[in-house]
This record gives sequence, structure tokens and C-alpha cells, in this order.
Amino acid sequence: MSDSNSLKTTPFASIHRELGAKMVPFAGWSMPIQYAGVIEEHLCVRRKLGLFDVSHMGEIDVAGKGASSFLQKLITNDLGKMTDGSILYTLMCRRDGGVVDDLLVHRFNENHYFLCVNASNADKDFQWAFQNAEDFDVEVRNTSEETAQLALQGGSAEALLQKLTDAPLADMKYYNFIEASVCDTPCVVSRTGYTGEDGFEIYFNPDRAEPVYRALLDKGREFDLQPIGLGARDTLRMEMGYALYGNEITQDSSPLERGLGWVIKLDADDFIGREALREQKEKGLENKFAGLKLLERGVPRSHYRILDGEEPIGELTSGTFSPSLNGGIGLGFLRADKAQPGSRVSVEIRNQKVPAEVVKPPFVPSGVKR
Amino acid sequence: MEIPKDLLFTPEHEWIRVEGNNATIGVTHFAQDQLGDVVFVELPEVGRQVKQFEALGVVESVKTVSDIYAPASGKVTAVNAELESKPELVNSDSYGAGWMVKIELESPAETEGLLGPDKYQEQINQESA
Repeated sequence: MSDSNSLKTTPFASIHRELGAKMVPFAGWSMPIQYAGVIEEHLCVRRKLGLFDVSHMGEIDVAGKGASSFLQKLITNDLGKMTDGSILYTLMCRRDGGVVDDLLVHRFNENHYFLCVNASNADKDFQWAFQNAEDFDVEVRNTSEETAQLALQGGSAEALLQKLTDAPLADMKYYNFIEASVCDTPCVVSRTGYTGEDGFEIYFNPDRAEPVYRALLDKGREFDLQPIGLGARDTLRMEMGYALYGNEITQDSSPLERGLGWVIKLDADDFIGREALREQKEKGLENKFAGLKLLERGVPRSHYRILDGEEPIGELTSGTFSPSLNGGIGLGFLRADKAQPGSRVSVEIRNQKVPAEVVKPPFVPSGVKR
Repeated sequence: MEIPKDLLFTPEHEWIRVEGNNATIGVTHFAQDQLGDVVFVELPEVGRQVKQFEALGVVESVKTVSDIYAPASGKVTAVNAELESKPELVNSDSYGAGWMVKIELESPAETEGLLGPDKYQEQINQESA
């Protein structure tokens, strides 16, 4: 990681300082890892309401008559089922099936989309999209620098946001978005998130960062809103079993073994990596992706081994202390015959074997609005 | 936070309070701040002999895991049982109720090589820079 002088800052940097955030380098950005503490923030999102600065995420605008055919070639999920205002979670892969990134595709109309990608991959993703766009009538633009992004997550997200916009939020379904004015600011408002709670992600011009953030904080007081850092963002997503690029998803592992088969539509139109992924599937997969709940005290972490007796049968891709369950949880891949829910295995934590039960995530009930 | 003047420190952010042949050990305020929310502390058996700078226990926080090293050699005479149910005391009162282990010193002279409050302050100033 580069030294702190060369880190990029989000348009909310001075607010984070004011709120007492602990800032850390993350994917080339200076980001708030925590404010009050990870556990308190985590429980605040589960029970009340939290506000995340996620402006480090990358955005790519895709426009032109060839936008739909270009994106269908780029992504593994089925673009054909999208309607205007809908959002699709997907992967994009290389020819060999390695994952370039996981991302959200937002459709304005069949000739205009925008992608939300991981901060750590934003430049690589843009290059990848750009170089594969050659044969299509399409303009691909990296709009990350001109986009601020906040996530408002928790059971009262709709009640708070409705105070700041005239747009009828109650009509919005999960994985849909609208263009709306929030605090007199043109925004894209999507009903998405990375926490498993109901909530919204809001994209807008960084010039309006301060007034929007302060309005949310101010009106959020009656809902006990707290600012939430990347630390709790990670524990919240783990409780839901959501994949994270760099942990569950890498360019050298099969996404089919990491629980992502549901976003790989081998029978949809041709896409980059389809043949390689089809071969992997036909060959059969040795491992399956699962959640593990520790049955005794301990904190599992990524790369810890999963054992059946003395025999290594898998590896954790993520692990943490779950504030909701007050115990250790992990995500990982393990030999298919031991991967069914209820199966007993153990996790090797610092040379000790801690018993664990295989579960199908989420570890706690999801509160998203289906 | 002010660094207590009556303690000695290791470069690994443990503190030790020496009282005659006995000593109390914990991790510093700086250490708990770096660790974030502590969720589990693994402590040694009472009676165990430890060598200076040997791993004495383990602190697990939400985000990371860290060894606790013995600032001095000796025999473990007590561990803080309250941390079993309230590991967060390490965060809220690292120099007080968050203490971890008491030992009977084998060789009190060993502690002469540890950092005094001013030296330790210098070190954390450098680490936070």
C-alpha cells in the first residue's frame, strides 16, 4: 500500500474527521474503518439505521446503441431479464473463467447502463470493459471521480429518506432504482446494499456531498442513525454470506466453487469465459461453498483450514466474530461430501481444532424488501 | 490518553506494573485502540512458568488476532477471570479492570530492559505518525 499522502480521499473526508472516524488505507483510498466501534456500529445497522460512505466504489457508464449486446458479452448473468430501472448482480470473467470483478449493472434503458464495481478493481475493470467494447457501438466512461456514493442501511431507511425526497419510495422494490431529487440534489437512488437490511444506495455529484450527508445525519437523529465504517460493513456482509472480491472471489479460483453459480447463466447468450466455466461445470466440482458456525469459542479468519478429523478438507475465505450471534462465523469452500448443512467439521485456529457446523448462509434472517 | 507513569512497557505494547517480586500485566491503551473491539482473551493456566517475551496468551478482536508477550519471566499466580465474560474491559479500561495476568517475577532485574513511559510514548508517536 502506498503512503498516506498518495491515498485518494472521498468528498466526505472532512466530515469523517469531524465524526472521529479512524481512517485506514483501503484499495488506494483513505476510508473510515470505524467510528464508535465495529460491534456497536454493526448492531446499530441491524437494529436501527446506519450511514456508510462508499464513494470509493467505482462507476462505469455504458451508453450507445450497442450497450445491451456489449454488456451481455461482458457479464455472466442474463442481461435479457433486465427492465428499465432494474439492477442485476453479476460477475465479469476472463476467457479462462477467472473473475475480473463482481458488480452491479443498472439499466436506465436498453441503450444506457451504469456499472458499480469494486474500488480495488475499478481501473482494471474500466480497462477490461474499454478493450472489449471495440466491436460495439458503445461509449464506455469511467465516472468514478464524478460520483459520490452513500449507503443508508437499516429498517427505518425508507422512513428517513422519504423525509428528504418527494419520490414515492414505498413503491420501490429490492434491486430497483430511480432518478430522484434528494435534498434538492439529483440522485440515483437504488434499493440495494451489502448488509442484509432494507436500505438504499445513493449516487450523486460530489459537489453536493456535504449538504446531503449532513441532512441525512440531522434528520437521522430521530431514527438513532449512526455513521458506519468499513469494519462493520465487512461483518454485516459476512453474516449474510455475501461474497467479497479478494476473499471469496479471485481471478484464480472457480466462481462455481465459491457459491456464485446462481449469477452464471451458461445457457444465456455467449459471454466471455462461458466455455471455460462450462468445462469446469461438466468436469464436476470438488468443492462447495458454505457457511460455518463455530460451536465453541474462537474467531475464524480467512485462510484457516477446515478439517474433517485430522484431514484438511477446505479453507475459509472469510471469517469473523459475529456481533449478532455473539460467536465465530466463517465462509469457505470444502469437500462437497461434507458441505451439506448440519454437517460437523472443525476449523483449525492457531493449532487448535474448534468444532463447527456447516450452515447455509445467511447466518441471521435477511431484512431486505423482496 | 496519558501514559501511566508507574508502568513499564514492551515494544509489543504490553504493560507491566512491578510491585516487589510480583507484577501485573496487560496490553496498552494504544494496543487496544489498534485492535478495536476485543471479543475473546485466551489466558495461561495459573502456575505456568513463562519466559520473558514468550507468548503468554492471545487477544482476538473483531478484526484481528494478536499474541500477548510476557514482559518478564516468572510464574503465573492469577489471571483476570472477568475477561472471560467481559473481554471489552480490555478496550474500556486497559490499564485497570482490563488487566490480564499476574506473575511472580523470576528475576526482577530483567525489567530494567523494558521501556519507561517516556520511551514508550516516543515509540507510539512514531507508530502513529
